[in-house]
Amino acid sequence: MNLDFIEEQEMLRTMARDFLQTECPKTLVRELEESDLGYSPELWKKMAELGWQGLAFPEEYGGTGMTFFELALLVEEMGRNILPGPFISTLVCGLTILEAGSEEQKREFLPKVAAGEMILTLALTEPSASWKPEHISVRAVASNEEYVINGTKLFVPDAHVADYLLVVARTEDSAKPEEGITVFLVDARSPGIQCEPQLTLGLDNKAEVVFKDVRVPKRNILGKLNQGWKVVQIAMTKGTALKIAEMSGGCQASLEMANAFVKERVQYGRPIGTFQVLQHYLADVWGKTDRTTHLAWEICWKVGAGVATPFEVAAAKAWTNEAYKWVTERCVQCHGAIGTTRDHDMGLYYRRAKVAELDYGDTDSQIEVVAQQMGLKTHGNDQRRGIRKPLAQNKERRRCGLRF
Amino acid sequence: MDFEPIAGTEELRKEFEDFFKEVMKDAPPGWANSPDDLATDEGWAFHQRIARELGKRGWLSLAWPKKYGGLGKSIFEQLTFNEVRAYYRAPGVDGFGLAMVAPTLLAMGTEEQREEFLPPIARGEVTWAQLWSEPEAGSDLANVQTMAVRDGDYYILNGQKVWTTGAHRADWAFAVVRTSKELTRSRGLSFLLFDLKSPGVEIRPLPTMSSHSRKVEAYFNEVFLDDVRVLVKNRVGEENQGWAITRATMNFERSGLAGLGGIRHSLDELIEFCKETRWRGKPLSEDPLIRYRLAEIAVGITAGLATARHVLWGQHRVEMGEAPAMEMVPRASSMKYYQTELDQRFVYLGCQIMGLYGQLKRESKWAPMAGKFERLYQSAPGPNIYAGSTEIQKNLVAWIGLGLPRT
Repeated sequence: MNLDFIEEQEMLRTMARDFLQTECPKTLVRELEESDLGYSPELWKKMAELGWQGLAFPEEYGGTGMTFFELALLVEEMGRNILPGPFISTLVCGLTILEAGSEEQKREFLPKVAAGEMILTLALTEPSASWKPEHISVRAVASNEEYVINGTKLFVPDAHVADYLLVVARTEDSAKPEEGITVFLVDARSPGIQCEPQLTLGLDNKAEVVFKDVRVPKRNILGKLNQGWKVVQIAMTKGTALKIAEMSGGCQASLEMANAFVKERVQYGRPIGTFQVLQHYLADVWGKTDRTTHLAWEICWKVGAGVATPFEVAAAKAWTNEAYKWVTERCVQCHGAIGTTRDHDMGLYYRRAKVAELDYGDTDSQIEVVAQQMGLKTHGNDQRRGIRKPLAQNKERRRCGLRF
Repeated sequence: MDFEPIAGTEELRKEFEDFFKEVMKDAPPGWANSPDDLATDEGWAFHQRIARELGKRGWLSLAWPKKYGGLGKSIFEQLTFNEVRAYYRAPGVDGFGLAMVAPTLLAMGTEEQREEFLPPIARGEVTWAQLWSEPEAGSDLANVQTMAVRDGDYYILNGQKVWTTGAHRADWAFAVVRTSKELTRSRGLSFLLFDLKSPGVEIRPLPTMSSHSRKVEAYFNEVFLDDVRVLVKNRVGEENQGWAITRATMNFERSGLAGLGGIRHSLDELIEFCKETRWRGKPLSEDPLIRYRLAEIAVGITAGLATARHVLWGQHRVEMGEAPAMEMVPRASSMKYYQTELDQRFVYLGCQIMGLYGQLKRESKWAPMAGKFERLYQSAPGPNIYAGSTEIQKNLVAWIGLGLPRT
């Protein structure tokens, strides 16, 4: 165990921070937020030239052969600076292909991702707004050498610029909802796909994606037929970890901004940072940020090493969800009214914190996983169907004399 | 940076776990390793027995140099021991001696002082008391009034100390006293070590709210010093330079408290209780609200663990002279009140889950978990106040961590 960074890691962080400060100033961030594309292809190319997209791919697939942890350190800097675009979306899918794909699929997709020539995204969530397999209703039906996909996905990040979507669909009904799910690599230009942007609080290019008789070849199944939920879990674990890294960077940036502001802003003839109330707010923010950062490093290292437990991942996301929101709220407060405006940078982080909570698992869904992993069952619910039994069938309730 | 499990410590961890599992079978009912528990005769005897056993094995001083009674192992073995012991909520460690006096002497004492005082601490044979606070010097410790007047090879001490945990059972004291009439506040302070059995020392119990007429067990004391003679050679650091020593020791104290393992164990116990206890026909653990809040505590513990480890990592570097003490102050301060507030939220949750039964003292046959939460509810505010109140810790984070101006 070594709780200090090695030199290469320090250099990576410094270099990334400097690069992003220069190449993606807040003026560009705002421009991209308002744009249809939502990212800068020029910047995307420069990042690929630096080896960022392929950082954690083996060299044989065009990558640099560094670790997932180091990729997370890079993403932390992206969160600190804010980098609108499909980096996390693409890497989550790329890393999933690396872990679950066939050799052919790896050779087809990974070098292109590393070269900055392919953008990917995971199409998982639907109007059911759930992270559970029982709430997947997009279907894929076999037809000769192809599958035909029908249904609607919602809240899909960066779908409008993706070259391929990793679509999570149900291919077979089963008593166990996690069985019968399959992940397909779907060309975004396939006929039958309609993509419509969903404007969000984060101005971050989520989309509704409607699949109408979309045909995808059998060989584009990622992993095994009907056993795709394992693949989804790989993607979700990686996505959760990278998101946490991004969020911890955002906490750090917010704190720095607020701290600098209270030292400059003068009221009552003195910098407001001399008032104890604000000092204590910021002390609390410092601590929350420090714990979030350490937790992010630890969980990202563990995910990279393949030793993170479902409990740890869920607990880390639950924590970071609430921490980032809380930090940004306090930092807005420290800025006074100016912190609530469109043009002040605090708003960029405040908005992103709320959206980040919802990506890769909102707090309630994470707490549910935590509780289950702690062995705390629920009562009255059939966990497998994820729905309450109709009241009349609930013997317990009848015995208690409950009448509703 | 890596979080690889500490190589070669798996066997040692198992040794620690086997030991604590065994000894904790003899713990008095409802044991929470709280000050209340340690204040009873039974609790104290239990603590001392374990201290001797730990001392015999060298486990109290794993990472110290061998010449002072240590095993010369690394910080990792020490961290492993701390985690396992904290998890089992086991006593046997004199926090004042091990977490405060020892690191202070290792970092700032003379060779003579290290050779004299460290080995008995390592053997678990001596208990220390912290003589710092006074009625007029709580958060504002620099306002200490106890005078120490030089007389040849001795100082003569006169004054009063308060909130002295465990003084009635302790052997030695480390005190902050005023050695100058001219130099004011922190400028005239010195750091002294002395035997509490010395003539002129009077100790009176100071009961907290959990004491009552049928059971006055106090862990706090007042200590009155009346012409107490203390050897000058037992002064740590230079005369009138004691404030710097004191501040470093304060930081060791905070770091030593950064152990979330104890809450984890208590949480596990509470969960077991909730699974086994039915209320209106269902186990408490299946109530959605209780379930949610138990999970939240688990999240809070998990979130703190990575940072807590870093606090101890940093402290060790300071002890070994590899890093300046100031570097670790913000993190140690921040974690101190993080842990005390998390523990408090946990205790309040436990009480709430107990419902009407939560008010019962252990003497009642109806008291759940031997009245554990009834006691903990009363000792819960204390940690937010002692070892540097939350408000003071926030000041330190603001001033040292964020560079905000001192007010």
